[in-house]
Amino acid sequence: MAAETDKPEKMMDVSVWRGGPDGGAFESFKAPQQESQTILDVVTYIQQNEDPSLAYRFACRVGMCGSCAMMVNGQPRWTCRTHVQKVLKDNKLVIAPLRNLPVIRDLATDMTVFFDKWTAAEASFTPTKTRHDPMAPINPETPERLAASEAIECINCAVCYAACDAVAGNEDYLGPAALNRAWTLVNDVRDGGHESRMDAVSAAGGCHNCHSMGNCAQFCPNELNPTASIAGLKRATVKAALGLRK
Amino acid sequence: MLDLRLYMLQRLSALILAPLVLTHIGVMIYAVQGGLSAAEILGRTQGSIPWMLFYGLFVAAVSVHASIGVRAVAAEWFGVRGSALSGLTLAVFAILGILGARAVYAVTAL
Repeated sequence: MAAETDKPEKMMDVSVWRGGPDGGAFESFKAPQQESQTILDVVTYIQQNEDPSLAYRFACRVGMCGSCAMMVNGQPRWTCRTHVQKVLKDNKLVIAPLRNLPVIRDLATDMTVFFDKWTAAEASFTPTKTRHDPMAPINPETPERLAASEAIECINCAVCYAACDAVAGNEDYLGPAALNRAWTLVNDVRDGGHESRMDAVSAAGGCHNCHSMGNCAQFCPNELNPTASIAGLKRATVKAALGLRK
Repeated sequence: MLDLRLYMLQRLSALILAPLVLTHIGVMIYAVQGGLSAAEILGRTQGSIPWMLFYGLFVAAVSVHASIGVRAVAAEWFGVRGSALSGLTLAVFAILGILGARAVYAVTAL
């Protein structure tokens, strides 16, 4: 540690978006570069040393809670697991609130619409048994369960939602996260909400608005592939409409 | 903007169009090899029920396919919504259908 503190601190330029629902602008800060530093560390440094009024959101700091996603140099990222070294360009960082969501203040977005769309997609489990029934035996090797397992590790960070150009062009589109969750439930043999969920994901803002651009899969920090999940939903809804399934 | 019904219509019309487009382009390339004139082409197509059915189906599929595609572009890029969007979709469908039907009539009717 002593050797590190002897070195002159290398500073970097950080532009942080400041403002509220009615607009705002970027404000420039300087922050010291450190070993293994994350974007969240930089934001926290600015809030603690430069401007305590800076608003941002985080909780776990270890990539589990999905609270701290922001736009970093124009791309959506989970800031607690994004190393500065990986994304620093010309010694500069540009940090902004997540795209496609209304801003509350500074870097904190209002995620209400994001979660409302999970509800609209019926992306919640509909139980078919009660707590008094025995546990349902689940074979982890069936194709349905494998498809569901591929897609379940979502942390609701909204990185995919911010990355999605279909959401940007169509405010009614349910988006990759909600539809990805719906796909896991379509493949869950314990779930009883199949028919109404198929209707929900087939409506005007549903899965058929996806252009398969793949931004969600590109940016998902947990390396999920919502594009593939949505393609699965498209196949399932078409099969159901043609009377070919379940 | 796109529900299951419009999605299915666009995919099914694409399925129909794929072989028709390839045949259309193939015949065009083949037909002009020997230096056919317009009159000679019309001589072959006018009164031909198969060509009328071929291009009639072609025009119908194009009208459905393109109007739904334009609908998506208008909604996502130009923010058209609601009844304006439905009106635009129907207008594109009607214009392509009418112009196409006139062309099919001119080329295949006696």
